[in-house]
Amino acid sequence: MKAYRTINTALQALGRNPMRATLTALGIIIGVAAVIAMMEIGKGSSAAIERAISSMGANNLLIHPGTAASGGVSFGGGTATTLTPQDCEAILQECPAVRSAAPDVQARTQVIYGNRNWVPLSINGSTPAYLDVRSWTDMAEGEMFTDRDVRNTSKVCVVGQTIVRELFSGASPIDKKLRIQNVLFRVVGVLSSKGANMMGADQDDIILAPWTTIKYRVMGTSLTNVNQSSSSSGSSTSTEVNSLNRLYPTSSLNLYPVPSPTQMADTPQPVRFTNVDHILACAQSSDEIPLAIRQITELLRERHRIRPNEAEDFSIRNMTEMTKTLSSTSLLMTNLLLSVALISLIVGGVGIMNIMLVSVTERTREIGLRMAVGARSKDILMQFLVEAIVMCLAGGIIGILAGCGGSYLVTLLLRWPTETSLTAIVVSVMVSATVGISFGFYPAWKASKLDPIEALRYE
Amino acid sequence: MPLIELRDICKTYHIGELDVPVLKGVSLSVNEGELVALMGASGSGKSTLMNILGCLDHPTSGEYRLGGQEVSRLSADGRALLRNQKIGFIFQNFNLLPRTSALENVMLPLSYTLEGLSDREAQDRAMTLLDRVGLSERSHHEPSQLSGGQQQRVAIARSLINRPSLLLADEPTGNLDSRTSAEVLHMFQELNQQEAITIIIVTHDLQVAMHAKKIVRISDGQIVDGDPSGGGLQVGGIVEGYESSDVTT
Repeated sequence: MKAYRTINTALQALGRNPMRATLTALGIIIGVAAVIAMMEIGKGSSAAIERAISSMGANNLLIHPGTAASGGVSFGGGTATTLTPQDCEAILQECPAVRSAAPDVQARTQVIYGNRNWVPLSINGSTPAYLDVRSWTDMAEGEMFTDRDVRNTSKVCVVGQTIVRELFSGASPIDKKLRIQNVLFRVVGVLSSKGANMMGADQDDIILAPWTTIKYRVMGTSLTNVNQSSSSSGSSTSTEVNSLNRLYPTSSLNLYPVPSPTQMADTPQPVRFTNVDHILACAQSSDEIPLAIRQITELLRERHRIRPNEAEDFSIRNMTEMTKTLSSTSLLMTNLLLSVALISLIVGGVGIMNIMLVSVTERTREIGLRMAVGARSKDILMQFLVEAIVMCLAGGIIGILAGCGGSYLVTLLLRWPTETSLTAIVVSVMVSATVGISFGFYPAWKASKLDPIEALRYE
Repeated sequence: MPLIELRDICKTYHIGELDVPVLKGVSLSVNEGELVALMGASGSGKSTLMNILGCLDHPTSGEYRLGGQEVSRLSADGRALLRNQKIGFIFQNFNLLPRTSALENVMLPLSYTLEGLSDREAQDRAMTLLDRVGLSERSHHEPSQLSGGQQQRVAIARSLINRPSLLLADEPTGNLDSRTSAEVLHMFQELNQQEAITIIIVTHDLQVAMHAKKIVRISDGQIVDGDPSGGGLQVGGIVEGYESSDVTT
């Protein structure tokens, strides 16, 4: 018996009782539609949850410089001055697992506006990429400073909500000028509120400015005095190297006598590069964090010329706890959806089996006749099996359309996030075919085992 | 040349612990081109014999040669193929598929034929047969739109679709009135004469049996008089025990 004849026979048999076929398929339609809608809505919400968690910094990597030590005295983690802005650029260019990276220079000092003053939790010098790394891209007001501002050492800054409240009493700070140390900064933007971080620290208590400005104008650090071990050596080299220091005399006090040029010549200071306090990087996704760490480690070892058996002069930290939360959340969502999907499809399958059994009983005479005119039990088995599969597949296809439509409506009307999932569609087609085969098999087998004589006599 | 040769056919049913012998050594030979009526009261074993003749069942013992081929030991699938190729069935209650056109009903056995017939050929053949039974204009009617006689004629067309060498009609007129019964029986005679198809009509009605060239009577699992020269001659002998009013059920 040819395949298309079998399918044709099955279609005709279904067509003989369209109402029943439709109702039976309805079980599968609802099942598959529910699966698709659940998967899409669930995927959308789980993506939203993932985004929310990763905006807390789950994908973030914090690259610290290593430890500086002098004469057996360690200065603690992050005291070596080994990380450069160039490292940051290289990471961004050469590590495909890193989405974005930003240097970070921190200061903690008084900020003054009018007759009010405040010491923000953090004054960060960075690049515009900082916001992307921290998933903080939306501004409440104004705009982020630009890369050009970073290059020009512009005196502009972006402030957090707490600063607006404390310094500006809630008024718009745009284009107002606040003073950090003795440097006037124009406020170009206000960050949206982010609240406390996981440790309870206020994340809105922040001023962001180009890292060059913070580094050279505010902290007045230059090449020599960043390192505690050499901070006593004065800043003559720095003033020579960085002409900005002369214009903005922030380091006014000289506790120690300025060394004479002869002394300087006798104790040469190594000329060093500009360093940053940290580099913040952000992995493409939470899955790629280990890969990103590996890539950054390799790159920085190479750039810092560290021999294979030497210890690294930097360390990379990630938010393991948050990452775990993230992955366990999405695992939980997936499993939940999977079990719901399974239940609804099994219910649909039982419906199919039930109807097929009724159908076999009702069509006993037909089966007997088919056997009498030469159908082998194999043919009868195939006929009923194909009927069940056709019903399931048709139900599956309609269910997919209904499910997609449903999730689209949900997005449209309730504004829930949904995400079209090809996997869900493929899986439900396969599952509905499997349901058809597994639940259609028993009735079909029962039909094929009928005795033609008995079946013909059946009333 | 005999088309059917039965030798010592026995059939015993096992009902629980009990062995119920239904056929007790039936020997019968039917020549090609014969029109035979198989008669017997209910419980006489004629249905069982018909099932064995139609290869729906296999005998407990004995030999059955159909067209020279030993068929009593065939597997279920082998018998299905044989039924498809060599035997046409006509039933008392027509057994047409409901909500299916006459044409498709006639084409049904072709679904199970191994030789690949194209849809076109299959339809042509079915149409020819419907024309033969005088229903070409009704080919797209469903059984519920046809009268009993027309339904039986569709069933006859269906039984002929694979050009069988044997037609088995089980009480073909049991559900028909006397006029349509005559029509159907006339059709059998015509088929028998023109196409030389061997036909066995199973019936308990003498009026029907009279249309046959030969009557085989079975009683209590045995052939009573297997070799009568002419059906009509025994009329007087058999009449008791049968009610002619059975014709119209």
